[in-house]
Amino acid sequence: MTHLGYLLCGWGSALVVLGAYAVSTIRRGRKLSEGVPRERVRWLTTSGDDA
Amino acid sequence: MIQSSASPDLLTTGSRGSRALGLFSLLGIAALLLFAFGLTEPDIRLHPTTGDEIGQFDAVRLLYLHVPLAVCTYVAFFFCALSSACYLIRRTPWFDTMAYAMAEVGTVFCGLVLMTGSIWGRPVWNTWWEWGDVRLMTTLVLFLTFLGYLGLRRATHDMTASARRGAVVALVAVINLPIVNRSVEWWENRTLHQKSTLGDLKIQDLTLFTLILGFFVFGLLMTWLLLHRFRVGWLERQGAEHRLAIAIIERRADADGGNLGMVVGDIP
Repeated sequence: MTHLGYLLCGWGSALVVLGAYAVSTIRRGRKLSEGVPRERVRWLTTSGDDA
Repeated sequence: MIQSSASPDLLTTGSRGSRALGLFSLLGIAALLLFAFGLTEPDIRLHPTTGDEIGQFDAVRLLYLHVPLAVCTYVAFFFCALSSACYLIRRTPWFDTMAYAMAEVGTVFCGLVLMTGSIWGRPVWNTWWEWGDVRLMTTLVLFLTFLGYLGLRRATHDMTASARRGAVVALVAVINLPIVNRSVEWWENRTLHQKSTLGDLKIQDLTLFTLILGFFVFGLLMTWLLLHRFRVGWLERQGAEHRLAIAIIERRADADGGNLGMVVGDIP
């Protein structure tokens, strides 16, 4: 395969950035949800719930 | 003593729908990687006169990433502007929260478009960056404008002022969107980019299918990110309102002689 370094760099860095952004967004949500009563946020579920 | 009704359990921005969406996104990325690296052929053609091999070779596999990211960026910024316009008309927090989420996700995607385009350009165009290329420059301006939008949103704690200013900036910034998209047609001699190959169906079969799969997969991923980012924005707003309600009750309790007489968690 030609240009393997460019392919790995392009795909790898894009997926890493997207993954890091997704994780940081979820962590922001978890941190913020600690300060908000459940009745204000109808979609909130505990991490152990199936729903 | 003031108590909060916030649950000690670990809460998330996830729901059944968002988890299904996330799972489909992951499966889609796996399928896209399979098609992009395993099933599609490299772009190799023969020169009509010399017979030499020409084309993008395996670098074409970066386009299954770069082009869908670019289209998702257009979609995110367009809906950011639309939500901003709706906010200025209706003044409801839902539209503002959606616009902010769209802008942030769109900016991440736009940054990746610039990065993957640069990495693709090095083997194909023999350059990382071309300052005279109109599409590169208009995309860079779009990225910087929305970075400015995000900076503006964080510059003040006044949510109403932040929302109003952000909406105006988004509506101005989105003017650049059709310019980015049409720049290769309007200034065809000032860009290294080719005109649209998708509209004219210059690519076919598995290459076309993989590109369309890329649109679908990154569209799913963007929707999943938007869902979580929207909920983060909603939590920020609800948290601020809840803290304000607590502060008001505490102030009233102080004025009544320190007899609070109610649980703050009862505040709706």
